[in-house]
Amino acid sequence: MMPLLTTKGLSRNFGGLRAVDGVDFALMPGEIRAVIGPNGAGKTTFVSLVSGRIQPSTGMIVFDGTDITNLPAYARVRLGIAYTFQITSVFANLTAYDNVALPVQRTLTDGRSKGAVHAGVMAALERTGLADRAHMPAGQLSYGHQRLLEVAMGLALKPRLLILDEPTQGLADSEIDNFIGLVREIAKSATVLLIEHNMPVVMQLADRITVFNAGKILAEGTPEQVRANAEVQDAYLGTTP
Amino acid sequence: MKEASPAKAYALHLGVIALLFALNFVLPEYHHGLLARIMVLAVFAMGYNMLFGYVGLLSLGHAMFFSAGLYGAGLAVIHLGWSVPAAFAAGLACGALLALVIGVLALRTSGVAFMIVTMMFAQVFYLMILYFASWTGGDQGLVVPQSARVLVFGSTSLSLTNPTMRYMSALVLFSIVLLVTLAVVRSRYGRVLVAIRENEERTKMLGYDTFSNKLAAVVVSGTICAASGAAYALLFGYVGSTFASVQYSILPLLWVLLGGAATTLGPLIGTLFMYYVVDITSGYTSAYLLIVGIALILLVLFFPKGILGTIRQRWLGWLP
Repeated sequence: MMPLLTTKGLSRNFGGLRAVDGVDFALMPGEIRAVIGPNGAGKTTFVSLVSGRIQPSTGMIVFDGTDITNLPAYARVRLGIAYTFQITSVFANLTAYDNVALPVQRTLTDGRSKGAVHAGVMAALERTGLADRAHMPAGQLSYGHQRLLEVAMGLALKPRLLILDEPTQGLADSEIDNFIGLVREIAKSATVLLIEHNMPVVMQLADRITVFNAGKILAEGTPEQVRANAEVQDAYLGTTP
Repeated sequence: MKEASPAKAYALHLGVIALLFALNFVLPEYHHGLLARIMVLAVFAMGYNMLFGYVGLLSLGHAMFFSAGLYGAGLAVIHLGWSVPAAFAAGLACGALLALVIGVLALRTSGVAFMIVTMMFAQVFYLMILYFASWTGGDQGLVVPQSARVLVFGSTSLSLTNPTMRYMSALVLFSIVLLVTLAVVRSRYGRVLVAIRENEERTKMLGYDTFSNKLAAVVVSGTICAASGAAYALLFGYVGSTFASVQYSILPLLWVLLGGAATTLGPLIGTLFMYYVVDITSGYTSAYLLIVGIALILLVLFFPKGILGTIRQRWLGWLP
């Protein structure tokens, strides 16, 4: 089977710092992949390169057989790469409805979905349990609901690859359980790339885990393999003497 | 932007148009003429509002789009002897083309830089009008001859210098632009424009090419302002460089802020308010600018989002 996403020698420098350093990465269609690593390991920079929010210094990115290295972010979204933000960035002054209407009408314009804007919006809001709050300004939703709205916007883009950047950050435990169910649901129709610090969430959701450290991939494997990996333990807990 | 109550919004707008139509028959001569002028300039304000209110781009150079229409139409009549409809179309074309070129260049910047760049382009435009005085009349301006300001339909000809004809022409233009604005801001495209105003980075990540969307908004805005300028030249018969000066870039901003940015009827209310405050107070004292200033301060204090903007926020959430 051909990978959905591959990167070859992907690097990004910020001044003298190599935030992402020659990463070769492959993601199979349908998988839930978690990306973990200590703070500053380059996880967010890596997914920002994939989504096109920042340009790589060197290397290439291939999505579904197409070289997308030089495509602007909006064009990658139209190919089916959706990114949900680490720091919630819904349109606070617009209603939840309008927030989701924007991605829905985009997929309609691109011909990637059919039907009316209204039906698409309500479907995405119902899937995330926000339907009864459709006409509230997004800024007045609780933090947990704003995170869900962020996911609803990602879903409404009908992504083939959904990138979730720390989606459970700031959520209560009860909300996290719902969230895990939601991501499993999403994974039936899309490939999920998940950056996450919450290890129980990672262990429950991920098919495979990629561990970043200092801009490089340190280890990759199933949750069990990664858990047993001595190098990973060193990166997180400090080197054993 | 809300899905609810489209019928209410359209009813309100048609009501305003009907009211302006009725006023034609009851207003005394002086106010009749003033209101015709206000409607034409409210079109200018609506064009400005399209970009400033909905996309959040503050331009300080919109006088150049107004005067592109003004001179485009005026010079076509004076030098080329074109008919009124052809001259109006020429004004629109000049405004649209200028907006496209300026948009491509100025949209490389944002925020304060955008304000400065648009202001500089407008100054260049203003100075060019003065420089080519043999065609434009320089700082004296030009008068569009009354004999040329007629609409010919077969064997009947209607003079735009006739007060009723002038009022009705202004009303037709105003109504078309008002309804077009309403349709645009309620459309999918309008939703994207507001999204760009609220968070451009996020809008890109939803698959929108924000540059193209902003460029389209500059062209629509510039064309509406040019329509106002072209109508001004043809209805009031004067083409002057004052209209290209920086003062006429700031006035639409003021009208829109007063009436309420990002409201469809705000530009009309702001223009109306400003004109009548000046008109009424200058009848009492030569220090009328003092009173205008106090009125503006009170408005900012009690209506920080403009008259309609504050009304929408507090009482009528459905206003478009």
